[in-house]
Amino acid sequence: MSDELKSNVGQQFGRLPATPADREVESRASRKEVIEFFDERFGIEPTVFEAFTFWEKGKGKIWIFADDVPTPIRIEGLGMTVLRTRQEHWKPTHSAVQRFGHHASKNVVDLSAEEAARFARGKDQELPEWDGDWGYLIATHELAGDRVPVGVGLYLYDELRSTVPKGNQESMTVL
Amino acid sequence: MNPLERYAPLVDDREAFFAACERPLPSVVRVNTINATPERAKRALDEEGLGYEDVEWNPQLLRLDERGPGTSWPYFHGWLHGQEEVSALPAIALDPQPGEKVWDSCAAPGSKTTQLSAMMDDTGIVVGNDNNLGRLSALRHNAERLGVTNLAVTKQDGRNFSLKPFGFDAFDRAIVDAPCSCEGTIRKNPDTLDQWTLNHVHSVAAIQKGILSRAIQATRPGGTVVYSTCTFAPEENEAVVDHVLETEDCDVVAFDCPLESVSGVTEWEDETYDDRVEKTHRIYPHLNDTGGFYCAKLEVTA
Repeated sequence: MSDELKSNVGQQFGRLPATPADREVESRASRKEVIEFFDERFGIEPTVFEAFTFWEKGKGKIWIFADDVPTPIRIEGLGMTVLRTRQEHWKPTHSAVQRFGHHASKNVVDLSAEEAARFARGKDQELPEWDGDWGYLIATHELAGDRVPVGVGLYLYDELRSTVPKGNQESMTVL
Repeated sequence: MNPLERYAPLVDDREAFFAACERPLPSVVRVNTINATPERAKRALDEEGLGYEDVEWNPQLLRLDERGPGTSWPYFHGWLHGQEEVSALPAIALDPQPGEKVWDSCAAPGSKTTQLSAMMDDTGIVVGNDNNLGRLSALRHNAERLGVTNLAVTKQDGRNFSLKPFGFDAFDRAIVDAPCSCEGTIRKNPDTLDQWTLNHVHSVAAIQKGILSRAIQATRPGGTVVYSTCTFAPEENEAVVDHVLETEDCDVVAFDCPLESVSGVTEWEDETYDDRVEKTHRIYPHLNDTGGFYCAKLEVTA
C-alpha cells in the first residue's frame, strides 16, 4: 500500500475500516466504533446506519455517505459531516443530530419553548434540573406534535452549552 | 433599449409579459421530504402562525405570505428550502429514481441538487459539480442543512467532466441547469439586465453546448438528460438543443409540463432549428406568475 493510502491526506476521503483490526491509517476510527458510539451514547440502533458508508477527510472529520465509491477519493464533498473523533470525547455534528437525532433514546434533553429558542441562538444556559450524564447531549423541543432535535449541547457543571454552528444560529420565535 | 424587447415578438401578450417582469416574485419554499412531510411542515408553520398557500401543481411547494423563510422553526430544522417555483421544474422533468446515479453539472447553490436527492429518497448518488469554489461552499452548506447524504461534490469544468474518481462509466440521468444570461430572473434581480450584451449571450451559449454535450456523453444509452436555463434567448435554449441533436446521440422527449408553457421556437432571427425543439418548453413570467424559464428533456440514444 502506498504512503498516500496509509496516511490522512486532507484533500481526499478515505473509507473507514470495518473494525479496528482492519485499520491501515493510524488513529482512524473504524465503522464499528462509529456505529457503537451512536448506540452507546444516544441509543441509536446500529440498523439506522446499515446502508451508509463512513469516510474521513482530514484528521478526525468523519462523513456519512448513502452509497459507496472507491477509496481514497479526491473530491470536494462526500455525503454529510457526521462526527468529530479528534478529541477524547467524540462529538456528533449539528447536521448528524438534525438528520438522525430523532432515533435517539438516551442522553436527550427536552427543552422548553424559551430554552429551545435560546439554544437555537447559540446561547449557553443554566440547566440544573438535568441529572443525567455530562458531555454531549441531543437537545430537543416540541414542534408539530413531535420532539424534534434542535442541536448538540455540551452539558458541564449545571450548564448546557449550545454548539449550533454560527451559520445555522437564528433568532427564533418562542413557540 | 430594454433587452427584453427582443422577445416581445415571441410572446402572446406583450403587456402582460412586461407587467409580470416588473413585479417581485412570490416567496416560495420547497418541503425537504428527507426531513419532513408537507403535512408536518405545514403543521409547524401553523404553530408559528405563518401564513402560506399550496402551490396547485406540486404538493411539496408552498407560497409564503411573508418574505423569506429564514427565521422559522421548520426552516431551522431543514424541513423547508427557499426555491423559486419554476426552478422545481427541471428535477421533475428528470424524474430521478431511488438508487440511481445522477449528474448535476452546474449544481451550486443546490436547490435543484437537493431536490434530486429528496426525490431519490436520499439513496444512490447525486454528483453535484460546479467550477466555482465559493458557490460550492453554498452548495455544501445547503446540503448539510437539508440532511442530504447521497451527494458527492466535485469541482470540475463540466465541459470535460471526468467520472474517473467514481469507478463507474455512465450516469443514469443528468441535469444541465446551465449558467446563462439569466433574463428570466429579472423579477428576483432587477439589475440583471444592466450587464446584458449579445456577446455575452453568444459566449455563454458556447459553454452551454459544451456542458450539454458532455452530459449526453456521460449518460448511458436510454438514460435521460434535462437541459434548463432561466433565460428567454433562443441562442441559449433551442439553439443549444438543436446543436446537440446534430452532434450527439440523443433525441428530444415530450413531457407533461405541470406549469403553463409554450412550445420551443423553430425560427429566430436568421436561424432555423430542428422541428423537434417544439417538444421543449418556454415559460414566460406572466403565464404562471413565476420567473422565466426554459426546459428540454432528452433521451440518450446510443
